[in-house]
Amino acid sequence: MLTLTCPYCGIRAEETELSPGYEAHLKRFGPDSSDEEFEAYMFARKNPKGVHFERWRHTYGCGKWFLAARCTATLEVFGTYPAQVSQPPADLIAAIKKKRPEWKGYA
Amino acid sequence: MSRYSVFAIAKQALQHHMGWERAWRSPEPKPSYDAIIIGAGGHGLASAYYLGKNFGITNVAIIEKGWLGGGNTGRNTTIIRSNYLQDPSAAIYEKARSLYETMSQDLNYNVMFSPRGVMMLAQTHHEVRGYLRTAHANALQGVETQFITPQRVKELCPILNIDGPRYPVLGALWQPRGGTGRHDAVAWGYARACSDMGMDIIQQTEVTGVRSAGGAVTGVETTRGFIGCKKLGIVVAGHSGQVADMAGFRLPVEAVALQALVSEPIKPCMDVVVMANTVHGYMSQSDKGEMVIGGGTDGFNNFTQRGSFHHIEETLRALIETFPMLSRLKMLRQWGGIVDMTGDRSPIISKTPLTNCFINCGWGTGGFKAIPGSGWAMAELMAKGEPGPLAEAFNMWRFKEGQFIDESVAAGVAH
Repeated sequence: MLTLTCPYCGIRAEETELSPGYEAHLKRFGPDSSDEEFEAYMFARKNPKGVHFERWRHTYGCGKWFLAARCTATLEVFGTYPAQVSQPPADLIAAIKKKRPEWKGYA
Repeated sequence: MSRYSVFAIAKQALQHHMGWERAWRSPEPKPSYDAIIIGAGGHGLASAYYLGKNFGITNVAIIEKGWLGGGNTGRNTTIIRSNYLQDPSAAIYEKARSLYETMSQDLNYNVMFSPRGVMMLAQTHHEVRGYLRTAHANALQGVETQFITPQRVKELCPILNIDGPRYPVLGALWQPRGGTGRHDAVAWGYARACSDMGMDIIQQTEVTGVRSAGGAVTGVETTRGFIGCKKLGIVVAGHSGQVADMAGFRLPVEAVALQALVSEPIKPCMDVVVMANTVHGYMSQSDKGEMVIGGGTDGFNNFTQRGSFHHIEETLRALIETFPMLSRLKMLRQWGGIVDMTGDRSPIISKTPLTNCFINCGWGTGGFKAIPGSGWAMAELMAKGEPGPLAEAFNMWRFKEGQFIDESVAAGVAH
């Protein structure tokens, strides 16, 4: 059972209270972009076995989207943060690096 | 390889069954092969088998990080059907279904294919329309299906409650020649036949890197050293993205967990496969008497081969209205597999940016039924270097071109 803390309302919510939204920090490409960029935005996903950054929605709570750092190989949760950022916060990245020295970092 | 037959059993019976030989060899890897296939699951083994059988390429190694058939091949609900809406899907799944019919004879290994019929319930008016459309499409594709009435549904499967208050059964898409098979036996049968053709099945050996030069693969790094190859096939389901990353390209694939479960064994009560896609669950009864139940995938990227308990709860809760008897049944075991989901929920059998490297992945939640057809198409792709008619539409560049094979919409769910 996955438990995430909603960064907005501070509630520790378990999975049934949340909806998953897959990869976070996707850069959006629109009509003026190249075919490759648009395809990558639509379909290419990191899908890492290890540290992953994801969108989650506190559906049965405050209803807001937030972001989480989680390990897809162990289901360990590193932390959650508000969605109004274009990349993970530096302190979270540092904390993950400390726990997982072999992690290549956010790219 | 000595053939399995009634005479072989009689002969072995006289020797207290001490003379059976191993079904496949476990050789040391050679320095190089004409072709290497990564992944000794159903799809990988079938690809190797048809490379040998249809194209005479037998200097082949199949490299497996665990034990053969230990991934999704041994974790599915063994349903075999081909009632798909889109033409490319119907073609490859129907090829697979027809190969299942003769597989036991072909491999000299009993895969227990049981064409007991697959029923997909229509429990909303949308589904009725959708399945009528699929039935018409199937008629044009040469796939034998029909839309049947609720009364016929009840005749075929008496334990169904067709008058549910929330989701009454309004009809069903019935494929009488679909059914189930013995999933492990499919892997074992292919492995035995591959080994007999002189192919090396190398288990407990993980591929850790793909070596390439000038845009072509030269071999793979493994936990047992470097093995060279002239052609490489990647058939690794959930870890496709990881192996593709080693080879230097990206795939439109995400790995999620799909769970299944079985009940305690009970006396025979259901001799068809029933899929209820609106409530999102499907069920059949195994030869041991267990009710084999599957549902939807978990909703997040996951490589742990376990899923969340609440998904199982949801699947059962949904099925209880349609199968009231389930409420008194104890569930015995539950497990998960890691499935590779593509953007359009259809597989990828494709060339890659490396000239002699080919990939077969993205079977998502519906790979078992496709094993022989997938292997057939992959073998043709690897042998000729170009896709045949079965594989053509499933290339990985379809996402860029917008030429989706959109079964996620056509099948709704449980696919």
